[in-house]
Amino acid sequence: MTGPSPLLEARGLSKRFPGVRALDGVDLLIRPGEVVSVIGENGAGKSTLMKILAGVQAPDTGDLNWNGKLVRIGSVREALDLGISLIHQELNLAGNLDVAANVFLGREPTRLGWIDRKRLHRDAAALVERVGLDVPTTTRVDSLSTGRQQLVEIAKALSVDARLLIMDEPTSSLSTSESEKLLEVVRELRDQGVSVLYVSHRLGEVKALSDRVVVLRDGALVGELVGDEIQHDAMVQGMVGRDVARFYVRTPHEYGPPALQVDRVRTAAFPAHELSFTVREGEVVGIAGLVGAGRTELVETLFGVSSPLSGTIRVHDREARMNRPSGAVAAGLALVPEDRKAQGLITDMTIRENVSLARLAEDARFGVRNGRAEEDLSRSMVARLGVKTPSDGERVGNLSGGNQQKVVLGKWLATGPRILILDEPTRGIDVGAKSEIYALMDSLAKEGVAILFVSSEMEEILGVADRVLVMHEGRISGELACDQLSEEAVMRLATSAPESAA
Amino acid sequence: MKRETGILLLLIAVAVVTTAFAPVFCLEGNLTNLLQRTALFGILSIGVAFVIITGGIDLSIGSVVGLVGALMPLLLFEYGWTVGGTVWFVLGLSLAIGLLHGLLITKVGMQPFVVTLCGLLIYRGLARWLTDDAIRGFGSSLDDGLRQLAISKPFSLPLPGIRWISEGGWSSQKVNLETGEPILSDGQPIDLPFWGEVPIPLPFLLLLTVAVVAWVFLDRTIWGRYLLALGRSEEAARYSGIKTDRMIITSYVICSGLAGLGGVLFALDVNLVQPASHGNFYELYAIAAAVLGGCSLRGGEGSILGVVIGAAVMRVLYNAINLTGIPTTLEFAIIGIVILAGVGADTVVKRVVASRRRRAG
Repeated sequence: MTGPSPLLEARGLSKRFPGVRALDGVDLLIRPGEVVSVIGENGAGKSTLMKILAGVQAPDTGDLNWNGKLVRIGSVREALDLGISLIHQELNLAGNLDVAANVFLGREPTRLGWIDRKRLHRDAAALVERVGLDVPTTTRVDSLSTGRQQLVEIAKALSVDARLLIMDEPTSSLSTSESEKLLEVVRELRDQGVSVLYVSHRLGEVKALSDRVVVLRDGALVGELVGDEIQHDAMVQGMVGRDVARFYVRTPHEYGPPALQVDRVRTAAFPAHELSFTVREGEVVGIAGLVGAGRTELVETLFGVSSPLSGTIRVHDREARMNRPSGAVAAGLALVPEDRKAQGLITDMTIRENVSLARLAEDARFGVRNGRAEEDLSRSMVARLGVKTPSDGERVGNLSGGNQQKVVLGKWLATGPRILILDEPTRGIDVGAKSEIYALMDSLAKEGVAILFVSSEMEEILGVADRVLVMHEGRISGELACDQLSEEAVMRLATSAPESAA
Repeated sequence: MKRETGILLLLIAVAVVTTAFAPVFCLEGNLTNLLQRTALFGILSIGVAFVIITGGIDLSIGSVVGLVGALMPLLLFEYGWTVGGTVWFVLGLSLAIGLLHGLLITKVGMQPFVVTLCGLLIYRGLARWLTDDAIRGFGSSLDDGLRQLAISKPFSLPLPGIRWISEGGWSSQKVNLETGEPILSDGQPIDLPFWGEVPIPLPFLLLLTVAVVAWVFLDRTIWGRYLLALGRSEEAARYSGIKTDRMIITSYVICSGLAGLGGVLFALDVNLVQPASHGNFYELYAIAAAVLGGCSLRGGEGSILGVVIGAAVMRVLYNAINLTGIPTTLEFAIIGIVILAGVGADTVVKRVVASRRRRAG
């Protein structure tokens, strides 16, 4: 069966950035009224592909056929004129304007130079109904929930007569019921003949929605799944490119006494919820949950970035007052933060200066730096962690994401931490470096370091953690031991809290 | 090329060009005077460099100089304080001002520009009010005492050829520089010695001391590294366990403290303090010197040696304008153009180097 003639056909799309092959000869075919999902790890080339189709970037080589005609998409404008609309992961709405104004922002219907309000609201109302949004078009956008704002985005995208909708992680900040609703809208649009290119890390959604799934890895197309082939394991295997079990390093750990005891701690971000849990020496505990569940706020409170409103934090059975990070470091904690470039590294400084930063004081005499110790330390860390660099005098900003993360880890390993906290430790990092970081976490745990890590990648949570805490809207909604772990169990806890909570 | 090399070349270029047009530049007295002025402004510049390295700014330096200058004669002669008590009080007051700035900036979260701009207004106003806006000086009462700190010249440095240039018009015999005619004594030309003696002012030795201590602090201690780190990313420095608030406060204390020390020296040097104008614009000279010397207002960059040379460039430029007969009304414009050209050239060089490295990587 060949089906209807393709709406979009891309052949041999390639795009190079300095030092990376972002996209390497990718073919893609989308038929009218078809939902095609693109999956792949971070850095696999998904966003480059989307940007090329939406006219944000031009491919180095490759052809694009639209309705059987060869086209060049040189700008976002040209993409919109063809009927290709990209919905970004982050919402791009003017919260102070109403729904109608947002839907037609920059393209308002006019009469004699004045905005034709009647037509504006009439046209907007039609689009709003089409995406199943049940609010008047005069509602201010910032009074809507995130899920409804996402629907406004879709209405806005449709307002240009979109025939291909590209959606980048549209559900990443939505609750379960909002996500369900959005998937329903996508299906309806498909039935109306709109094609959708759907990009998501949430494999459950991908499975539920897609007619076809294409898998990208390291910029290349490595697989295509149709119909019944769209299964979780097949998708993961395609993305990771090897047996999942061997990729994630988890060996049995022996737990020691409690290293970190968190007792009824309330964070400033979610003052209504008290959080309590314990991490033992040698244990790897994962914190799962959706974006916005309060995971980063929790680990930042533990590290003293913000003070807890109440409750106690005990480190090795001694109460620790952590009002600032320096106190946490003194207590033996280390945090590999979520935002590597802004919080983890001084990107304008060298590897050596970054690696030594947290333990300068320890090697100094009367405040005078020990240059020799600094040099030895950074050399040994570069070697131990396998940082790929010409020398340790290299600016950290020039390194790849994986090597940057190794420098952050090196900085903390230099302090000999007893409790290592990692927030999204492998975000934006290539597959090889990922595996090395997992191995490092594993070997540190064997040495008795207590490890607490936040991750939004399900495979990472399932593959690395000895025990998982799941957070939902600021509270710990459940805890799963190693043998209870499954994607379904984690997702249920991450989303199952009653909507009326809080 | 290191940043200091560039600014040093600029200093030499300005000095050579000035000498070519006005040989009197090399007069012993002129050189001594240049060292004196460089010393006073250099001390202020080193102070503000610390603040600039944290990514901040201090606009109140000139007013601190003014306040200190106004208070000293007042305390000594109207209130009858001792010399020691007066000096320690004004220095302590300066440190307290820096502490206040630092606390407002870190603990209250105000912007450095706003805090120190208000400081500029407040300390100037206080100086004028406390003194009834009256000009006061030390007279000759301190000439053999405290003023020695600012005006004494403990030893001289021999320099080759300066008298041949400045008095001989590039010859070994004394000439009238206007006409080029030899000046005769008893019908004989006057031979000039090859070596000239430049008296070194005590404040210049103070500057060197401050500079060495500041260099050790910035380049060799952990705190200097912390300042450079937090100047580039306060957040990342804090997440690395550095007490960034404390370091920022320290930098403002250093800055105002050195402004206070500079203020004492300036007051003793001029010996007559006009509360309404004493120290006006000095913060801008100091900031300009720091920027010329390689400090980035974005923070995280700076070298003490560069700042000292930057301060010297400012003084030499000022001196050059006076000596070469350029209308002094053009003074600000010329200084502005030279700074713009210097910093502009440096920025362009940096961008070219960076883009070349990117392409290579």
